[in-house]
Amino acid sequence: MNQSTNQTSLRPRNFISSLRSDPDFLRLNVITIVVFVVLSIVTGGRIYSVANFESMGFMLPELALFSLAMMLSMLTGGIDLSIVAIANLAGIVAALILTHLLPVDANATTTLLWIAVALIASVCTGAVCGAFNGLLIARFQFPAILATLGTMQLFTGAALVITDGKAIIGLPEMVQTFGNGNCLGIPIPFLFFSIISAAIWVLTARTPFGLRLRLTGSNPVAAAFSAMSVRSILLRTYLTSGILASATGLLIIARTNSAKADYGTSYLLQAILVSVLGGIRPSGGFGRLRGVLVAALVLQLLASGFNMLHFSNFIKEFAWGLLLILTMMVNYYASRREMK
Amino acid sequence: VSKLFRHHEFVLLAILVVFCFAIGIVNPAFRDPSNLFGMLKNCVTPGILAIGVLVVLISGGIDISFPAVAAFSMYVTCRLAQQFAWLDHIGVLLLVAAGIGCLLGWVNATLVHYCRLQSLIVTLGTGGLIRGGLLAFIGTRIITDIPHSMVEFSKTSVLRVESGLGETVGLAASIPIFFVLAIVAHLILTRTMLGRGIYALGGAPESARRVGFNISRIQFFVYGFMGVLAGLAGILQASKMRNANPFDLAGIELTVIAAVVLGGASIKGGTGSVLGAVLGVAILVVLANSLILLGLPSQWHKVATGLIIILSTGITVWRRNQTSLLTGGPA
Repeated sequence: MNQSTNQTSLRPRNFISSLRSDPDFLRLNVITIVVFVVLSIVTGGRIYSVANFESMGFMLPELALFSLAMMLSMLTGGIDLSIVAIANLAGIVAALILTHLLPVDANATTTLLWIAVALIASVCTGAVCGAFNGLLIARFQFPAILATLGTMQLFTGAALVITDGKAIIGLPEMVQTFGNGNCLGIPIPFLFFSIISAAIWVLTARTPFGLRLRLTGSNPVAAAFSAMSVRSILLRTYLTSGILASATGLLIIARTNSAKADYGTSYLLQAILVSVLGGIRPSGGFGRLRGVLVAALVLQLLASGFNMLHFSNFIKEFAWGLLLILTMMVNYYASRREMK
Repeated sequence: VSKLFRHHEFVLLAILVVFCFAIGIVNPAFRDPSNLFGMLKNCVTPGILAIGVLVVLISGGIDISFPAVAAFSMYVTCRLAQQFAWLDHIGVLLLVAAGIGCLLGWVNATLVHYCRLQSLIVTLGTGGLIRGGLLAFIGTRIITDIPHSMVEFSKTSVLRVESGLGETVGLAASIPIFFVLAIVAHLILTRTMLGRGIYALGGAPESARRVGFNISRIQFFVYGFMGVLAGLAGILQASKMRNANPFDLAGIELTVIAAVVLGGASIKGGTGSVLGAVLGVAILVVLANSLILLGLPSQWHKVATGLIIILSTGITVWRRNQTSLLTGGPA
């Protein structure tokens, strides 16, 4: 009881004062509003259609989950370039089980059982891949960029070898419903994503592990001297990142009804962009989950807007690059002004 | 310490030689001059890029925008040469591409130096910006009628040898250019104050600043040099392929960075040598070539590349830990 009152008194009283104490988040909200206004003018209000919001509800979870995985490794001052590769590999494992082991004339219970098996197998794949990254980085002291650069190739390569470079198609109806259905008017992938992001929020903001994660990122030497096992924290971070990636992989195969070794490679740049835009410092230690979520929303809004205006993928790549650099510049000048 | 580093390059050379002999015994086609010269020619583009990456890595940064810079400067130069006929001379084309590359490199340098941004994130952004800009606003069409001088250049050879099959094969003219660039980079790094500054900046930036090195000049040189080399590599690549493909070179950054790390450079800066980087490239090119000669299916190539990156990083990290144990320095 006492503890809970303490916590409320420490917290800012309302949303406005919370914004004042977090300039990064305030800037992000201003950017969001500007993007909203500009897009609504340019598309003539079409961006506000129910259909568009619904399609965003299906698209946003993939990008946002990748961004959360990226956020975790960035909080420790590292980076995980292998998330998209892990997602594809885990998706392929699940798709293989569902297309090869599941009998064609299976009844609902058997199907459900096999879906559970595929789910577990794919999450295990993600966990093994993530643990491998963690082992290289934590135990063997590989720089995170090089370790995940290598495993990105390795995992994509493994997926290519398994599938022979072809897409696996024809998943059970039940899986497709999961990826494309609605529950109480809300897209199921969005519900799935909400649950996972709530779990990640608890993990990073309300557990000792989350605190240690940040401390490791802001000062690994001090963290080690404070009797923290930096190795085990790093290992668990990349493990979690791998599991998150495999969940994203499941979402992707359910929505697209196919699994492919080289799906969605452009998500990598976007996930880094969302993390940086959301106020995660690439050097580690700082940043909050809510920033990442708003940033993912901004990026998805922009992507939907670009699609409506029939912009090519190349213009998108150009825009993402520009946005990444502009955000970092604004953050730098703002932080310098605060220092004065 | 320098003895140990020399040791690392010696190890690489030994690996390369043993490897070549082993493949030569398994498949005699490997020993044919046409294959050997072909492999040398394949070393040129990644080799030139590796020299640039090496210099950036030594200075403590990283650049992953160079494939985009290379493709951009190559494609724009070819488009310019179509407009202005007087540009159609290989030397002029190389100069123009190097100039464009240098300007793009300076954009990276400005962001890294004046805005104090992480070089990985900066070059990830500029890479997307440059590639996206090239494909969205300049063109996606592959130019097949490249400038005449580039076609001529690709036919020029400096040394002719009779191959095992009785045909004459020539050593491509791009290979001496590569060697000259490698020697120039080696001399800059080891014989000039600028080179000392690059190592100092990568080893301990704050100390380098206090000792009085001009950090901004070093940063601009490092990223500019990377851009110049990317421009040159782009033109030589287009000349080799006999077309200007704006999609070309995408993804080569992984191989090149792996080669440089294999060559003994640390991603944290302060160490590395040109000879090591060149040997690293040679090992990777020979390996890629032998994967085909040994009949490994193409699906496995990505797995092999990944394993090589992990193994080469592992060897470098392991060797560094050994070194620091011997000298008593921090791990």
